[in-house]
Amino acid sequence: MLSSLGSVGGKSAKPSFVSYVTPEEIKSEKEPSRKEKHPDLLPGEVVFCSASTVLKYTQDDLSQRGVFGALLCTNFRVSFVSDEAPTEEMVRTLFKNKLYGENDIPLSCVDNIYGDKRKLITGGLVKNKYPSKIIIHCKDLRVFQFSLSFSKEEDAKKIFQGIVHHCLEPKSLRCLFAFSYCENTSYPGSYSYCREHLRKKQTVMFDSVEDWTQDMKRTKGNCRVVSENSNFELSPKLPQYFIVPTNVSDEDLTKYQGKGLPMWCWSHHSGCALFKTASIPLVQEDNVCCRMLTAVAHNHLYSVKTEDLSDTLPTVQDILLSYNKFKQFFLIDNTTEFWMSDMKWFSSLDNCGWLDIIRQCLQKAVEVVESLEKENTNVLIMEEGGSDLCCVVSSLVQLMLDPYYRTLLGFQSLVQKEWVAGGHAFLDRSNHLHLKDKVESQSPVFLLFLECVWQLQQQHGPAFQFSETYLTVLSDSVHVPVFTTFLFNNDSHRDSLLRAESPHTQRSPLNCPTVWDWSVQFDCKAQDLFTNPLYTEKPKQDTSVRKSYRPRHLRQLSLPSSAFKTPPKKGFFKDEADNLKKILGVKRLSRWMLSPSSDSPQTSSSVREFYEAWQTKPLDYHGLLLPCLDGPSIRVWMQRYLRWIHDVQILGGGPVAMLSKVSEILGEVQELQRQLDRHGCTLTSNHKGARPRAKTAAAVIAARSSVRLSSSFPFVTSRNWSFKPAIPTSLLQSLMVTGIPGNLADREDDGGPESLV
Amino acid sequence: IQVLRDSKEEPQLLPKESVQDMAKDVTYICPYIGALRGTLTVTNYRLFFKCMDREPAFVLDLPLGVVSRVEKIGGASSRGEVSYGLVCKDIRNLRFAHKQMEDSLRKSIFEILMKFAFPVSNGLTIFAFEYGQVYPENVWKVYDAQAEYKRQGLPNESWRITKVNDHYELCDTYPSTLVVPVNIPDEELKRVAAFRAKGRIPVLSWIHPESQATVIRCSQPMVGVNGKRSKDDEKYLQTIMDANAQSHKLFIFDARPSVNAAANKMKGGGYESEDAYQNAELVFLDIHNIHVMRESLRKLKEVVYPNIEESHWFSNLESTHWLEHIKLILAGALRIADKVESGKTSVVVHCSDGWDRTAQLTSLAMVMLDGHYRTIRGFQVLLEKEWLSFGHRFQLRIGHGDKNHTDADRSPVFLQFIDCVWQMTRQFPAAFEFNEYFLITILDHLYSCLFGTFMCNSEQQRVKEELPKKTVSLWAYINSQPEEFTNPLYVNYSNHVLFPVVSMRHLELWVGYYIRWNPRMRPQEPVHQRYKELLAKRAELQKRVEELQREVTNRSASSSSERAGSPTRSITPVQTFV
Repeated sequence: MLSSLGSVGGKSAKPSFVSYVTPEEIKSEKEPSRKEKHPDLLPGEVVFCSASTVLKYTQDDLSQRGVFGALLCTNFRVSFVSDEAPTEEMVRTLFKNKLYGENDIPLSCVDNIYGDKRKLITGGLVKNKYPSKIIIHCKDLRVFQFSLSFSKEEDAKKIFQGIVHHCLEPKSLRCLFAFSYCENTSYPGSYSYCREHLRKKQTVMFDSVEDWTQDMKRTKGNCRVVSENSNFELSPKLPQYFIVPTNVSDEDLTKYQGKGLPMWCWSHHSGCALFKTASIPLVQEDNVCCRMLTAVAHNHLYSVKTEDLSDTLPTVQDILLSYNKFKQFFLIDNTTEFWMSDMKWFSSLDNCGWLDIIRQCLQKAVEVVESLEKENTNVLIMEEGGSDLCCVVSSLVQLMLDPYYRTLLGFQSLVQKEWVAGGHAFLDRSNHLHLKDKVESQSPVFLLFLECVWQLQQQHGPAFQFSETYLTVLSDSVHVPVFTTFLFNNDSHRDSLLRAESPHTQRSPLNCPTVWDWSVQFDCKAQDLFTNPLYTEKPKQDTSVRKSYRPRHLRQLSLPSSAFKTPPKKGFFKDEADNLKKILGVKRLSRWMLSPSSDSPQTSSSVREFYEAWQTKPLDYHGLLLPCLDGPSIRVWMQRYLRWIHDVQILGGGPVAMLSKVSEILGEVQELQRQLDRHGCTLTSNHKGARPRAKTAAAVIAARSSVRLSSSFPFVTSRNWSFKPAIPTSLLQSLMVTGIPGNLADREDDGGPESLV
Repeated sequence: IQVLRDSKEEPQLLPKESVQDMAKDVTYICPYIGALRGTLTVTNYRLFFKCMDREPAFVLDLPLGVVSRVEKIGGASSRGEVSYGLVCKDIRNLRFAHKQMEDSLRKSIFEILMKFAFPVSNGLTIFAFEYGQVYPENVWKVYDAQAEYKRQGLPNESWRITKVNDHYELCDTYPSTLVVPVNIPDEELKRVAAFRAKGRIPVLSWIHPESQATVIRCSQPMVGVNGKRSKDDEKYLQTIMDANAQSHKLFIFDARPSVNAAANKMKGGGYESEDAYQNAELVFLDIHNIHVMRESLRKLKEVVYPNIEESHWFSNLESTHWLEHIKLILAGALRIADKVESGKTSVVVHCSDGWDRTAQLTSLAMVMLDGHYRTIRGFQVLLEKEWLSFGHRFQLRIGHGDKNHTDADRSPVFLQFIDCVWQMTRQFPAAFEFNEYFLITILDHLYSCLFGTFMCNSEQQRVKEELPKKTVSLWAYINSQPEEFTNPLYVNYSNHVLFPVVSMRHLELWVGYYIRWNPRMRPQEPVHQRYKELLAKRAELQKRVEELQREVTNRSASSSSERAGSPTRSITPVQTFV
């Protein structure tokens, strides 16, 4: 009996772990119940293969602990179903994702799979061999270790092959789970209902002329909404709807598939605006570029600053390389290793460069903000493709300048506008399909953006309506292949696929949820954790007042005053544009169009001054926000990166301790308000409007005692952890204090004989 | 102590503070703003510089006690200016320039400054002995050893309070009140003292209220190269172990790296061999000595002051090893707390003399184990007990009023402890009654020489110098305005034990202290501002509810219809703070 369990594939099976159940027990007891060991399958989910008696284990210095169960691979996930009956507490996990549980890995969430001796697995079986254990690193930074040594050889082979095939090998987009899920779910009624639902919740989808017009009106912009591409007649690369400067001609709309076309992002209250564009190939000897700049300049005061992000920010490949190094610090499958790496933690952080990339993006955004806010010039940011760093920078600029985008719905609308409608190639960048020819284009650009947002949020917490947890969950959701938000490369791609896959091809496109319908993943209570209880709501009276157009910075422009009166058909402006075209020719664009003499070092010091000037003013959470970029201010997003690592969980501490206390006080304040109401105190309508909000505050937490929560809240509950501190294991290996001059370390505390007191 | 925003050029003086010299047209070369011209005033307590050219006026106000050294930089320049650099103990350097004195007989203001910055070296008294402020509370009584041991449930059947050191005859660096095992008579204590460095015998610092496991502190045993043993010492430790019925083991934590502990044998010291001490397990905690720590802080200052180099920030930080040392100290304390709490085992902690690393470890472990020490009053008791009464040599480590800035006895041992506490407040933001400002205030007055609290090296010296009579306690000042130092988010966890995570991932540089002089790193809104406002809101509402309830009762009693008295003042909604 043992032989069938133990050695598989000829060797291996060195059970060096302690398990709760012995293999014999499993064999005798659990075998008949195999059928029951399925997770609750989602609509449209199909099990491809499964193996029983798989051991899921964790490893640390003192012990190896494991639990037996079944490992399955479906068209949605890799799932481990424990043989042990779930305890009641496990069922009632507060922050439960409805789509996948703590032992499920959505297929697109699998990052790397390792076999024996930590060998990276890249393809299926070689000569019928399969590893005795597999380690799965997930894109949400979870790490799973499974031992196949106790499974039947046939099952083990199948499950290994299945997982490798479905997680690593190229597939077509139609195989992504979203399609079979949406075909098989009644969610959430009709397409129109869904749209209506979202409308009510006010996440602006930017998939209609009205949405764009509305946003332009909101910011008092004065540009032209283009609807000619609603069926992608102009170009499939262009968004369905977009906004360009008024002076862009119809003829220019169709050139170069939209390359060089300045797309409006946001208008500053002064009238100047931010535009982004995909840079034009250098070979074009047309003066389209010049015409475009003229059109942008025409928007406000005939001034425009262009910024080629390809020149000044890391490439998407740099971003990927850096992130790949960075994430390794958190993909921990062995605590000894973890404590060893702890010694060199800070220099490792520096060396991978990830935080520096974050800093560079924020810095670039601050530069753009300065141009808009201080100089009141139009800014045109560009890069090849125009939908990666342009999206990062333009969204950050808007977050810093416009408090609307710091609300939950505003932020979602911003992502819709700049990223989804803006044509960020989510599919290629995530390479969910594992296409060999797309390996190069893979890059965590959207995550980089969320990282930057997190930095802003850390520094100016009360300015944001959404919480850190919200950002973490959003970053996870990118890898859940259910939401239309992250599955496509652009509007036309989305449109064509959803139409083609629809069961009712003639009538309406396939009805898939967007990530913003959070009820697909979380129930209402869990969603409460998405809001920041300390968010400062805008005082009501100010909302209507918007500063009107003020041309107050005229003197700062080195432009003859006559240029303001004459249309820029000829004369000074044209010359400048020509001049700029030359500059364009050598791809040096980070310059002032009107004062091409200034160069980047000055920009950098001016950004410092800009920040310092802003910093001395009283802080207004509904006004301009700037990040501090100095060394210690850019930090690691602890919640996202450390949440699964047992040894660094602060039991009874972490931000949640603060959150629960704040929630408690807020609760008390509301109770007092209610008492006042009961006592018939006259309250103005203003207060009534403000009151319901605090109900959303994480009262969930206040109910529990924060002593039992940990810093990884709400992602891991501490229930199955012992209340024992993590003692650094490499401690006894002694730290090597290097670079101590002389023999300080060997000296006596009291300074040797000369200073004995 | 507060910066005054009046139009005068001189500071508002404290009682007994007097202006010693004043000079106009002095240039302060600020590393952030640039050269500022103004008036410099030196008193017997402070240096005060005010530049009226700016709006608001620029003020620099520092107690002379923070000055570590004053040096003249270069000779007179072509413009006839001389330049002075002030190196400060609180992680900053100041640079001034002023015109060379025409009259060479007259002393420069900086010579006056040097005289009053280093009173001890110049035969003057430290300002703390002159400062005559009266505070409402006579807080030299904040720590009463008897009362503190009573709080811990002592004496009990296993432990007694001894008066053997009443006149500091057993050990001159120990407090007069000591807690020792019941079974060991005072005579035997003296024999144990002979075997422990400087006579610092193992005594009880803290006892677990349930398990009776204890934290014991002492100095190293005088083992020497020949491996000397002491039957009395061995019996003594055995008795300590026996006093805890829960465990048949005793852990001895030697704070030093094992190499250093071994090297101490050459000088007659050493560590307990496990052969001699049955059932005892010896653990080295690898914390380095005062010289290594001093060097580390010097490097840290280079990295953070005046400006932070943006690239390689983390590598630069790592190269100072400062946080590595913090990590090792915290890790050591964590192991001690874990043995006491989880292992229910008594622990003995020592280093060489038992007044530096030992104080760090026992006091941190006690902060982890006992919620009382996380309150404002409790923390004061902890400092008075573990640091002051047990003879951490503040005078020597800080060098109050002493111009000998290269003294090898100076070391930031206490700063490290406060840093460790700060790291814990970061990890457990609701577990401490005090806030960051409390910790910074303690550090500021560690150097200021305004209060008597951190004067002298031992309890014996403090008694001899009549500190409680002649000086004011820092706690008198702090306890006169506790709201300033209170963490608005404090939740009384009572008996909850805190185990901090001692991974580098969770340690960070204390920007609010080490980089506080850099205006770019200053938050616009004080960290706890919003929480405070929330609490104020709650207090206001509570008051209004009470008022209304009273009114309702009154009205129902008298059924008077007079409504005029009802408060109709509108209440602002909770969310609109700014």
